[in-house]
Amino acid sequence: MKFFFFHLMPYGALDLDYLDNHESPWVTLPNNHYDPKKGFELYHRYLDELELADQLGFDGVCVNEHHQTAYGMMPAPNLLAGALARRTTNAKICVLGRALPIINEPITIAEEFAMLDNLLGGRFIVGFVRGIGCEYHASGANPGFSLERFREAHDLIIRAWTETGPFEFEGKHFHLQYVNCWPRPYQDPHPPIWVPTQGSFETVEWAAHPDRKYTYLLTFSPIKSVQSNMDNYRRVAEGYGYESTPDQLGWATPIYVAETDEIARKEAEEHIENFFNKFLYSPMEYKMPPGYSSVASYKKVMEQKMRVRMKYLSFNNLIDEGMFLCGSPATVVETLQKREHDLGFQNLVAMLQFGTLPAELTDKNLRMFAGEVMPKLQASSPHVARETAPAAE
Amino acid sequence: MADHTSETIEISGCKTAVLRGGSGPIMLFLHGAGGAGAWSPYMDALAKRYNLIVPSHPGFGASDTPEWLDNMSDLAFFYLDLMEQLELNDVHVVGNSLGGWLAMEIAVRSTQRIKSLTLVSPAGIHVKGVPKGDIFLWDPETRVRNTFVNQKMADARLAVVPTEEEADITLKNHFITAKLAWQPRFYNPDLRKWLHRIDVPTMILWGEGDKIIPVPYGEALKELIPGSELRVIADCGHLPHQEKTDEFIAGVNAITEGVAA
Repeated sequence: MKFFFFHLMPYGALDLDYLDNHESPWVTLPNNHYDPKKGFELYHRYLDELELADQLGFDGVCVNEHHQTAYGMMPAPNLLAGALARRTTNAKICVLGRALPIINEPITIAEEFAMLDNLLGGRFIVGFVRGIGCEYHASGANPGFSLERFREAHDLIIRAWTETGPFEFEGKHFHLQYVNCWPRPYQDPHPPIWVPTQGSFETVEWAAHPDRKYTYLLTFSPIKSVQSNMDNYRRVAEGYGYESTPDQLGWATPIYVAETDEIARKEAEEHIENFFNKFLYSPMEYKMPPGYSSVASYKKVMEQKMRVRMKYLSFNNLIDEGMFLCGSPATVVETLQKREHDLGFQNLVAMLQFGTLPAELTDKNLRMFAGEVMPKLQASSPHVARETAPAAE
Repeated sequence: MADHTSETIEISGCKTAVLRGGSGPIMLFLHGAGGAGAWSPYMDALAKRYNLIVPSHPGFGASDTPEWLDNMSDLAFFYLDLMEQLELNDVHVVGNSLGGWLAMEIAVRSTQRIKSLTLVSPAGIHVKGVPKGDIFLWDPETRVRNTFVNQKMADARLAVVPTEEEADITLKNHFITAKLAWQPRFYNPDLRKWLHRIDVPTMILWGEGDKIIPVPYGEALKELIPGSELRVIADCGHLPHQEKTDEFIAGVNAITEGVAA
């Protein structure tokens, strides 16, 4: 198993009573709820935590992109990846990911990622996402063209990285007379590409395609949904005539480790409930803008996930649904072994800070996870790896 | 209910569902974001005087969603094709909301086959400093409540439990509406530059209590469309043809009989 520390960089100083007067921490929560002095402290604290993870031996540290929200303070994750580049030595820096369709000039993503790959000497993994529904309200990007724009922007970026320029890119949404990406990426042919997802029909068939074999990262979902989506990825790969490998699958989940199950629960309960109910919460119209998915995908998401997401998620709900992993090192190791066996993934993306979890508990969680969980699982592998996907190192 | 038919015709490679009823002068009704729905009382009222044609736009209702459909311009040219293919002349065009926007997009391209326009709380332009309601952010109940002034009509709408097929069509309509109107939100920045080309008698009807597109939009359109008349209907929301059918019919008849303006 490989271990990645994922940080959302939430605005942890959020007034948690905001829901009395506002619908959501996304898009419509007035930004006078944000105090820049607290923001200054939080950015530096969170970067310290990511740097600590590098020192503790994590395989990678991850940041991502969200807009107009208290959920995550990273509208421009590449800025933080740049800051981390100079202060980390071993861990891969992972930007999981950039939302391609909401950018009007996706060539800038090819350029910025290529810069980071050079700066990091290849110690870099990139993520491509469509962006969750709220981003379409926040950016004005049309959700009805999200999928077309995602695929076209992706094709532009890959060609910019792999073909000798200048060439003309002739897309429907993006048409560029001159594509000639300076700098070129450090890694050959380009950085590994991950696709964080909550599992849509459209994404799995695209990500698993033999031309791509991108690492499919299931995020913050009930474990049944994670299982069915990973099974589906393997099935789709089989349909394409190849057997997918565990490094093509990743699972992103919040985790908290403490001395005993009781202590872990006592320390994490309030903060994980805040994460799911106060930071992640938004009404359906925010999450699923019309046209973002096909009608069939929309109905599938409604049935599978919103059943869970639209109610108050208590600590017990979260444990029962497999959406939070919490306990002593022995409990966490045992659960991860079972998950690795059942799900067949290699990449564990652990969110070890969530919601309002304070600095001292985050520090403790990181150290216990690195000291008492990782060593027991580092050598494990769900299957014998057969071939490595070309795009995933 | 007057006799009416429901048929599917092929226009520009798109199988198009069409409701037809009545006799008299040709009238083309262009529905809004919610779709054409089933034959309704306001269609019945129109069919008493007109040869009424109510297509479901490409992408809506039981019509196909063709590959070529990306924007309102595509729909406008589709309807020019439709009028040509069905050999419709001297057409009284009526459009509500998104359909009113569409009527203007058609008319700025050509009024050759159009005899009059009735724009019923149309989208299509933006008036700076006057926000519109956000039907994409409102939850379904708020959307219905903000559509009507008369909350008994909203209650009745909300009490209907749709079949799965109807629920799918509601989603289909909402999804294609977003594709056509998400950004810029429910308008075409170029349209207002060319509204002076509309050279047929034009009636603009607006619900005084419209929370989706407020009355100042009607006032702006009256200035932009030469010779147009604006009638503001009291105690009425975004769908005057449904909420104030008599006043709607009176407005339509006024323009078709040439008494307006």
